[in-house]
Amino acid sequence: MRVLRILLEKEFRQVFRNPAILRMMFMMPMVQLLIMPLAADYEVRNVRVCVVDFDHSSYSRRLVDKIGATDYFTLVDYTDSYDKGLSYVEHDEADLVLQIPASFERNLIREDKAGLFLALNAINGVKANLGGAYLRTVIGEFNQDIRLEWLQLPRTNPQPTIRISSINWFNPMMNYRFFMVPGILVILITMVGAFLSALNIVKEKEIGTIEQINVTPIRKYQFVLGKLIPFWVLGLFVLTFGLILSWLVYGIVPAGSLLTIYVFSAVYLLAVLGLGLLMSTLANTQQQAMLLSFFMMMLFILLGGLYTSIDSMPAWAQWFTKINPVSYFIEVMRMVVLKGSSLSDIKRHIGVVLIFAVALNGLAVWNYRKRS
Amino acid sequence: MNPKAISVEALTKRFGSFTAVDAITFDVAQGEIFGFLGANGAGKTTAMRMLCGLSFPTSGKATVAGFDLYKQAEKIKQRIGYMSQKFSLYEDLTVRENIRFYGGIYGLSDAAIKAKTQDMLTGLHMQSEANTLVRSLPLGWRQKLSFSVSLVHDPNIVFLDEPTGGVDPITRREFWMLIYEAAHRGTTVFVTTHYMDEAEYCNRVSIMVDGRVDALGSPQELKTRFSAEDMGEVFLKLARKAQRGDE
Repeated sequence: MRVLRILLEKEFRQVFRNPAILRMMFMMPMVQLLIMPLAADYEVRNVRVCVVDFDHSSYSRRLVDKIGATDYFTLVDYTDSYDKGLSYVEHDEADLVLQIPASFERNLIREDKAGLFLALNAINGVKANLGGAYLRTVIGEFNQDIRLEWLQLPRTNPQPTIRISSINWFNPMMNYRFFMVPGILVILITMVGAFLSALNIVKEKEIGTIEQINVTPIRKYQFVLGKLIPFWVLGLFVLTFGLILSWLVYGIVPAGSLLTIYVFSAVYLLAVLGLGLLMSTLANTQQQAMLLSFFMMMLFILLGGLYTSIDSMPAWAQWFTKINPVSYFIEVMRMVVLKGSSLSDIKRHIGVVLIFAVALNGLAVWNYRKRS
Repeated sequence: MNPKAISVEALTKRFGSFTAVDAITFDVAQGEIFGFLGANGAGKTTAMRMLCGLSFPTSGKATVAGFDLYKQAEKIKQRIGYMSQKFSLYEDLTVRENIRFYGGIYGLSDAAIKAKTQDMLTGLHMQSEANTLVRSLPLGWRQKLSFSVSLVHDPNIVFLDEPTGGVDPITRREFWMLIYEAAHRGTTVFVTTHYMDEAEYCNRVSIMVDGRVDALGSPQELKTRFSAEDMGEVFLKLARKAQRGDE
């Protein structure tokens, strides 16, 4: 084990002498955790509405007031020309155009029935969908309100009698950041681990020192362990830094135990580093290693369930997430941080990721050739 | 013990249809300085890489330090030193750290490493540079250090691949003094070079042309055989026949 100690000594010296690695270890968590959760937010607010009112009645004005009173909508303009409304959409100044027909109030009172017209800017499909749905809810409420006024002194309650109250488990405030931040931590550790390890052995190939190592009686597993352990330590360090940041900035304190997070992360890092080392035994230049790991990371991250729910993926993509270590970690992080799951709840996840770790590192050792 | 440090018989390396090393046969005696000459692309580095266990031979037989090249490559590695064409110390480590690292992976104890470091620094007159990053040493110093590091574990044989390329004449002479010292202590030196004055320093010289060993003998013998004034002329007479161009 003396050889391993000598290898570790050398690797750590080199890491601490490389300002780029040290900078990356602090900058990446800060940038990713401070900027991404703020930007990657699916909640739709500030839907811009242009109202085209041909009626100018007291009811139409009440409806417009009600829409303007919610914080989801911003009233861009109140006009009586549909063309003008449409030109707002064309210049991307409005997301929705609500048209109130001329006989809105009369029809509503006389015929108990009135129509409204809604035009959605569907370039941003999510916003159009959600904005449209919000607006329908607001109009529905408006409808209830006026029905209530017209029925005088009701004997029975005219409102529908089924009322739904819901409670949001695990994230009571429905804070989107609580959902995103644990996932972003996973991305962070994955990127740091995979890139650092993928570049490392290749760098030795490029500068030629690997030849010098290969003429020594060093064992392959010793060499790979000597590369694995330093980056494993760095990965856990980045995790710690990330957890502290998310506590300080977002007040996120894992509901489960830190031990659970660290146990899983320790196993997970072995898998990611194994992948990085395997890629660096395949590549001959740092450029190749970089492209290869970038390609893999894109796949893993985009199909890992951070941005899109795995349940709504097509079957083949869901199958892919089963061999994607990132998806396991994201799930575990959310389980532990939000739900407070314990080690026994994530037994299966640990088992699967452990298999990845053994297989990938085994392949890396096997594929590392001292002799060509 | 086998009195022969290296014994090679019909050793061949093919890359696809290209035969880089074509059935070479020679022996190197213990303690000898063996010059391995040849034009660029003649196959010197490939042959040397096979003998160091960095590359699998396609066919042929070889023993290095008494061990079989095929079956006992890892045992060979404990007994050889290698200095490659590419500079292969870690530039972001200091002189002392490089010595410690290479000594350590050959299994030297801390005490042995300490003693070695002291010897080496004194021998190279580099005591004041012990804690300097290798990056900031001049090329000649690096090459001398690199040679000393390849001897850190007292190997029986040391393989040097163009160790003096790009080095000034004075440093080259100093470098050869180091080679003589090592040979004097009984280390076999297997060296490739393009400098014909260096070829004269060797006990025996082989000249490779197009993957084959075309001439083998002491510099004196070769000069007589090819009726040449110096090794440069011998080399030119042989190398002109080469079919292969530059690399």
